[in-house]
Amino acid sequence: MATMTIAKAINEGLRASLKSNPKSLLMGEDIGHLGGVYRVTDGLIKEFGADRVVDSPLAESGIVGTAIGLALRGYFPVCEIQFDGFVYPAFNQITTQLAKIHARSHGRLTVPVVIRIPYGGGIGSIEHHSESPEALFAHTAGLRIISPSNAHDAYWMIQKAIECQDPVIFFEPKRRYWLKGEVDVENAGLSEDPFKAHVVREGTDATIVAYGPLVPVALAAANAAIEDGRSIEVIDLRSISPVDFDTVEESVKKTGRLIVAHEAPTFGGIGGEIAARISERAFLHLEAPVIRVGGFHMPYPVAKVEEDYLPDIDKILEALDRSLAY
Amino acid sequence: MGSTQLPPGTDETLAATSAAVAASGEPVEMVQLLGPDGKLGTDPVFSDYAKRIDPEKLRVFYADMARIRRFDQEATALQRQGELALWVPLTGQEAAQIGSAHASQPQDYIFPTYREHGVALVRNVDLAELLKQFRGVSNGGWDPRGNNFHLYTLVLAAQTLHAVGYAMGIQRDQKLAVAGDSNDPKAAVIAYFGDGASSEGDVHESMVFAASYDAPVVFFCQNNHWAISVPTEVQTKVPLANRAKGYGFPGIRVDGNDVIAVHAVTEWALEHAREGRGPVLIEAYTYRVGAHTTADDPTKYRELAEEAAWREKDPLERLEKYLRTEGLADEAFFEQVQADGDELAKYVRSTTHGLEVPDIRDSFANVYAEAHPLIAEEQAWFEEYSAGFEADQEAAN
Ligand SMILES: Cc1ncc(C[n+]2csc(CCOP(=O)(O)OP(=O)(O)O)c2C)c(N)n1
Repeated sequence: MATMTIAKAINEGLRASLKSNPKSLLMGEDIGHLGGVYRVTDGLIKEFGADRVVDSPLAESGIVGTAIGLALRGYFPVCEIQFDGFVYPAFNQITTQLAKIHARSHGRLTVPVVIRIPYGGGIGSIEHHSESPEALFAHTAGLRIISPSNAHDAYWMIQKAIECQDPVIFFEPKRRYWLKGEVDVENAGLSEDPFKAHVVREGTDATIVAYGPLVPVALAAANAAIEDGRSIEVIDLRSISPVDFDTVEESVKKTGRLIVAHEAPTFGGIGGEIAARISERAFLHLEAPVIRVGGFHMPYPVAKVEEDYLPDIDKILEALDRSLAY
Repeated sequence: MGSTQLPPGTDETLAATSAAVAASGEPVEMVQLLGPDGKLGTDPVFSDYAKRIDPEKLRVFYADMARIRRFDQEATALQRQGELALWVPLTGQEAAQIGSAHASQPQDYIFPTYREHGVALVRNVDLAELLKQFRGVSNGGWDPRGNNFHLYTLVLAAQTLHAVGYAMGIQRDQKLAVAGDSNDPKAAVIAYFGDGASSEGDVHESMVFAASYDAPVVFFCQNNHWAISVPTEVQTKVPLANRAKGYGFPGIRVDGNDVIAVHAVTEWALEHAREGRGPVLIEAYTYRVGAHTTADDPTKYRELAEEAAWREKDPLERLEKYLRTEGLADEAFFEQVQADGDELAKYVRSTTHGLEVPDIRDSFANVYAEAHPLIAEEQAWFEEYSAGFEADQEAAN
């Protein structure tokens, strides 16, 4: 077991993939000599050279579009988008091309491209550096979307993403980059489906589902709820598309209550999809409506008010209270 | 040369040698009037434009460059003290910004990126307002219509298309005005962007549109040599100015640390645009002396010797030398400039502390221009939620 930050775990995961697969390569802005603005790719260019760790021109559509071409030629490109808010110039390539090539070729072509995006708020940054655009991509069929919440998962999930034959968008919770955790580099410990949801805390009174940056918040809320004598189960979703509804359903059948928390705006978000599915699948087990905790329907606000915007322990507890009041 | 308009008073040979348009791949010449030694040279085309700059204006150039450098130092210090979330320094690029901004007229509309603090100064944007974005209290700060200086744009290159569209609007207005016989002065647009941003697809598309419709727009690229850690060579194999030729309009490389040449070239380009002769690309060849932002560490990717070599070409020092040797400014002037800088720094420091911290309610206020039920619902939820805390607080007291 090694202890490392999430950033370091991704770095080690990328290193492992670059070592084991000579056709894997990284591309993105400032990822070479600088090691990325978050230093996630630190040192990799020294070890693997400029062909494997490509400091690209400043052009997101170009990065993703050429990655598609490389993938068609048998490579496994891993693209870094510098910040969430800068993925949009590549949106066209991702949603109209990357997502659809497998289907359009009747399964003859695969495009195993990974797109790494540091996402989410809470770092006091300026515009376009704090967004959570996962629902925009989840709505597009053909893409897999995952987000680790701890170092061990980060280390393994990035490697599984690179191995995956489908395009994967790998959302990195940037405000958790420096969160340390134990990583078992020998044993992934992930089940056969590497992106199966993970019950990180067992409980009996209600279930909180979260992913990425909000998993620690959900856990803290569950701990705080103990004071009120509540036993809360917490599920780390890990995969945003597909969603492991089975694990969520099973939990809800036990607890009867469900809160879904994410940073992205509530309206049109992943939480709505989970709420709808669970209402369909476990209606008779639900003792309260599924409650969503998310961001407001507004552009991500300025740093000085982001605390009021972001789902925090209090907002989750308030949702729990509402749920338990039924 | 095709059909593009050459600088006035030139033939094709001259234009090529005076750096107006060079064939792609060929070494490009650079328009320079005031050299690093502080001596004024000549240029077959642009000297005529430089002659329009009287000594008083030269002193204004100097004063503005010095003031904005002082402001830059102050903002960097404010960031270090935790008063700003981030700062984007401009030191080294003062001549490119002050020279080009002074060439514009009030009716010209300017689309900046996020480092154009010097242009903002010339456009009389309150620099404390400009800091709002970096302090995290606003995603804009100033009224763009107040000074015809648009909001900063953080998504690289997006504004270049807006600039062209705006310029197309000016064209249409002019047609309407001719019909209605208006006395409005002719206007043009300047779009600022960096050498890194020049790789974005939007820049290409903006140039296609500008060329297709002869839009009155001047593309002003500050080639400061680095896009964070990536050198210009990764963005382009030919001098950036040469790209214009491929679109069918003039491209000029100018010494971006020479405020006189920058002013001359920009004035020519703006006149060209205002007169309906189409777009121009100016590449201001300059250098970002400091870090990309306060979050960046340039020692990771570039040599100190490179920085030192560029410091030798400092835009302020060379104008100071010129002003002194020509007897155009005395010691008292330079002392006054320094005092004004300190004054500005003091003002910025005190007003930054006082910048109002907004409320999340303000963020609900302007999502839509018209009423929207989802906003109303969410805001009502927020009010109730916050009231719950206040009630708890009271109960606890
Ligand atoms: C679309 C987009 N991609 C990435 C970024 C992140 N980013 C901000 S500034 C920058 C470098 C820009 O370099 P350049 O265009 O040369 O301008 P400079 O900052 O040097 O003035 C990068 C990569 C961004 N703001 N927008």
